[in-house]
Amino acid sequence: MKKKSKSVNKHTVKRMIALVSKYKFFVILSLLMAIISVASQLYAPILFGNAVDLIVGKGNVDFDGIIKIIIRTLIVIAVTAVSQWLMSIINNNITYRVVKDVRVKAFRHLQNMEISYIDSHNHGDIVSRLITDIDQFSDGLLMGFTQLFTGVATIIGTLIFMVLVNPKITLIVVLLTPASLFLASFIARKTHVMFHKQSEARGDITTHINEMIGNQKVVKAFGREENSIEKFEDVNKRLTEYSLQATFFSSLVNPSTRLINALVYAGVGAFGAVSVMSGSGFTVGQLTCFLSYATQYAKPFNEISGVITELQNALACAERVFEFIDEKPQIPDSENAKVLTNPDGTVSFENVCFSYSKDKELIKNLNVSVKQGQRVAIVGPTGCGKSTIINLLMRFYDADSGAIIVNGENSKNFTRASLRTNFGMVLQETWLKAGTVRENIAYSKPDATDDEIIAAAKLTHAHSFIKRLTNGYDTVLGEDGGSLSQGQKQLLCITRVILNLPPMLILDEATSSIDSRTEIRIQKTFTKMMKGRTCFVVAHRLSTIKESDVILVMKDGKIVEQGTHESLLEKNGLYSEIYNSQFAEA
Amino acid sequence: MKNLLKYLKPYVKESILAPFFKMLEAIFELMVPLVMSAIIDTGIKNSDKPFIYKMVLVLVVLALVGFISAVTAQYFAAKAAMYFGKEVRSDLFRHINSLSYSEIDSLGTSTLIARLTSDVNQAQTAVNLFLRLFLRSPFIVIGATVMAFTVDKKVATIFAVSVPLLAVVVFAVMFGSVPIYKRVQSKLDKVLKITRENLSGVRVVRAFNRQKQETEEFEENSLELQKSQLYGGRIMALLNPITYVIVNIAILLIIYTGGLRVNTGNLTQGEVVALINYMSQVLVELVKLANLIINLTKSMASGSRISAVLSVEPTIPDGEKFADKGDDPAVEFDNVSIAYNRSKEKSLSGLNVSVPVGTTVGIIGGTGSGKTTLVNLIPRFYDVTEGSVKVNGIDVREWNKEKLREKIGVVPQKAVLFRGTVRDNMKWGKQNASDDEITEALRIAQAEDFIKAKDGLDTAVQQDGRNFSGGQRQRLTIARALVRKPEILILDDSASALDFATDAALRRAIHASTDGMTVFIVSQRASTVKNADMIIVLDDGEIAGIGNHTDLYENCEVYREICLSQLYSEEASAK
Repeated sequence: MKKKSKSVNKHTVKRMIALVSKYKFFVILSLLMAIISVASQLYAPILFGNAVDLIVGKGNVDFDGIIKIIIRTLIVIAVTAVSQWLMSIINNNITYRVVKDVRVKAFRHLQNMEISYIDSHNHGDIVSRLITDIDQFSDGLLMGFTQLFTGVATIIGTLIFMVLVNPKITLIVVLLTPASLFLASFIARKTHVMFHKQSEARGDITTHINEMIGNQKVVKAFGREENSIEKFEDVNKRLTEYSLQATFFSSLVNPSTRLINALVYAGVGAFGAVSVMSGSGFTVGQLTCFLSYATQYAKPFNEISGVITELQNALACAERVFEFIDEKPQIPDSENAKVLTNPDGTVSFENVCFSYSKDKELIKNLNVSVKQGQRVAIVGPTGCGKSTIINLLMRFYDADSGAIIVNGENSKNFTRASLRTNFGMVLQETWLKAGTVRENIAYSKPDATDDEIIAAAKLTHAHSFIKRLTNGYDTVLGEDGGSLSQGQKQLLCITRVILNLPPMLILDEATSSIDSRTEIRIQKTFTKMMKGRTCFVVAHRLSTIKESDVILVMKDGKIVEQGTHESLLEKNGLYSEIYNSQFAEA
Repeated sequence: MKNLLKYLKPYVKESILAPFFKMLEAIFELMVPLVMSAIIDTGIKNSDKPFIYKMVLVLVVLALVGFISAVTAQYFAAKAAMYFGKEVRSDLFRHINSLSYSEIDSLGTSTLIARLTSDVNQAQTAVNLFLRLFLRSPFIVIGATVMAFTVDKKVATIFAVSVPLLAVVVFAVMFGSVPIYKRVQSKLDKVLKITRENLSGVRVVRAFNRQKQETEEFEENSLELQKSQLYGGRIMALLNPITYVIVNIAILLIIYTGGLRVNTGNLTQGEVVALINYMSQVLVELVKLANLIINLTKSMASGSRISAVLSVEPTIPDGEKFADKGDDPAVEFDNVSIAYNRSKEKSLSGLNVSVPVGTTVGIIGGTGSGKTTLVNLIPRFYDVTEGSVKVNGIDVREWNKEKLREKIGVVPQKAVLFRGTVRDNMKWGKQNASDDEITEALRIAQAEDFIKAKDGLDTAVQQDGRNFSGGQRQRLTIARALVRKPEILILDDSASALDFATDAALRRAIHASTDGMTVFIVSQRASTVKNADMIIVLDDGEIAGIGNHTDLYENCEVYREICLSQLYSEEASAK
């Protein structure tokens, strides 16, 4: 198990590197800048030490030497500053560009994804992969570039410089390193467990909050406030305990490294001072330089352990993003797919079988033939497969076997785009974009003129309420239609289709949220709209159904009855049962 | 943020001890350069090894004592902060539970959830950081400067100039970047919105073949996000180099002027080293302080968002009265008008109805006609703006809320179920309901069959009940209301996902087994309300008619229109 996760990790790292390698040049530059800035940063203390050595005592100060050193230091400072600055800019560029690339790639993939994936996955989860995970990934990447490079370079550089100045004292510093590493890993291990518990408790409390605050009205209606508070207190207490432990343990890292630093400092001080006295050529200036190294030396260890946690997190997030990108996309249109133009409006299902999951057969051997301009009503109890027919017609899903024949040819032979363009679709679930009313109506025809848009809105009686909105057609709607009522949203969805009316229509409970009086008013428009067009209508209202040319009565995925209103009533089957239930005694 | 400080009160001891120990640590740290300068000036100069060892021992002791104080401080700070978070969270949760429907409407549930989760976390982290750093960092910066003055006044003027300069640079960069990060956040929100939209509207996007345009829009917004991120990064990138330059030039100045002072015998070599050390400490602390400030500004916003919710007063105060079902009408609307949240337009006006015990009332009307508003007044989810609503002869505003709601079973429009088992969910209606009572309620609600087909009452219910279909959820919520055998049952369009046959069977069953129960049925379907004892027809918040089906069909134009649009005239007028 562990081995497996490691290989997955390796794979993810490889892909991360592949993404970054597009900016190879930047990466090399960044590395170069890191080395330059660290080297010059480490060189400065040596220069300061040399300067201190020139300040021995009263009347014994070598100002010429100091000036020389100052000039050299100024150059070093300039080099450090410039290289640090360039490194930041380069790192930002790499990170944010890579992140944008990944995000667009993921989004593009989303557009080519099987609808079944989107239907069967939690949208919140997909969104968090595209937004939060990629963000975490970017944070990790940026931190990795800035701190990992410089951290490692600092440790190596410090060691090299120290060895150059005095190998013996360097030994003290190196000997104390394992202590620091041991402490860091001990804390990290402890903290990891605590953090894990904390995030579990946090998950629990978030779920409880989502449920109880999200449905607060129901909680109140049943007077369950106390129960929900009680449970909340319980989880809250648990969360607090774990958070306290996690926070405390993780906050030990800083004091601990400071302690190690201080001990290194004291050690260097002792040995340094003794070395100076022994007259081995070790100077006070070199001691100063060592002391400043000692304060810097352990810091990168601390940072690197932080970066590694962050990177692991980033890796986990990247994995979730890649997982999404790796989901198999829909089968692309075949190379010689035809473009469907001016279809004659005939549609037939021939032996169509379909199921969403393998273990539960839904539609079996469906056979229906629809002539040009016919109106087909689909009725039946909830969950009988009415919407599935629409999914198949639009090729949101493909049939498992059998064929759907449009314009005399298997619909799989056409490009999806051209097939869908020839169907106008209004769904029960309204969907509007965040944008102006105008943009939303013109969604079906981006180049529509204002006159066309207004004409379409007048047909659906949407014009009158649009006019009353603050900015008329330029009113910006919030996400999912914002403050519009469900009925108004549905009117806009109908207008959207009317603006660019294709030869075939699919209406899934298209007027379910519009009150019946408005419905009567737009009925004329509907009649006109449907005239001469092949229509598939899912409806509860029998008035709509009654006037259809063909009524398909579905139950459990099968067409159990098929015919006109009159012929079905005579049959005295499921249809007449449904029809009569409308008037059943309560 | 200020009024949140009261949550720290029970932890006042921790809140004082944490910064106190942090300061102790800082004092020990400030002493280190002095000890080192003593080692150089006294120890090395006089070749006094025992003195050096003594001083090194002092350094080790300082380090250990410093470490212990730091750990103690971290513990107290973490404790104060985490318990602060706990208290805030708990109080906020309670507070939200005490709000009424109209406050929840105006605040919005997603906002409330965000306040309870991320905002409280943010505030809690800020308290922790604040307790640890708010004294320590300024103390070290000022302390180092003061120490420099005690060493040598002339050289210390370099501190007096460079420390404020550093502070200005650090804060300028910080404050400069805050608005940019806000912009980054709003750009990110836009990207998020497009993603969410494309998921929920996947069918429409594909039906209209707009994948390409949507991708372009997404790419454009991602690019803008990237640009503002880079812009912010460019400003932040200045921080390190500039502070580095200032500090190191200051050190060079210390060396030079220090050299001058040493030359004239006013300063020693060791003291120069000490001054350099102090300057380095200043740099480290200023960077920490800058981070603290970013965090604090972020959490200030969180804090004020939390306070804003806490300061919302529930507008529906509780009453004391209660009564049993008697001769008084079950529900009485007396000249009722209501306008939501001080909006000018009334959602309902001039309503006068008296509903005797045991009546079935149908309420019908178009979308936005005020149907839900009307039934929401009965359990006092909202208060009327004018007039009064009486239950069993007592104004609902005088009722004890708990007692009032106990006798009412509400089935809301949105069929909400909770995680747990079917039994757990049914017990929402009645805490101590027996399995028999529950099964009976499920039977009436036409839910018995599909529950039996699963694991019976032990069937698990996932979050939001997503393992049930829309129609099944609706039936379960109806059963939940029936479990408590309410005196008043409110069905708010709660059978919309049911097909006609099930809907009819449900109504029959409710009718047959709810003797003496007053039932309100809100619906858009004429067939659902047709057989009610009394039908209230609403149109744009006004009563268009009250009566039974036959009367209304003849005398109420709105009602006739509704019927005709749904039924066939001959059947609609029948009976």
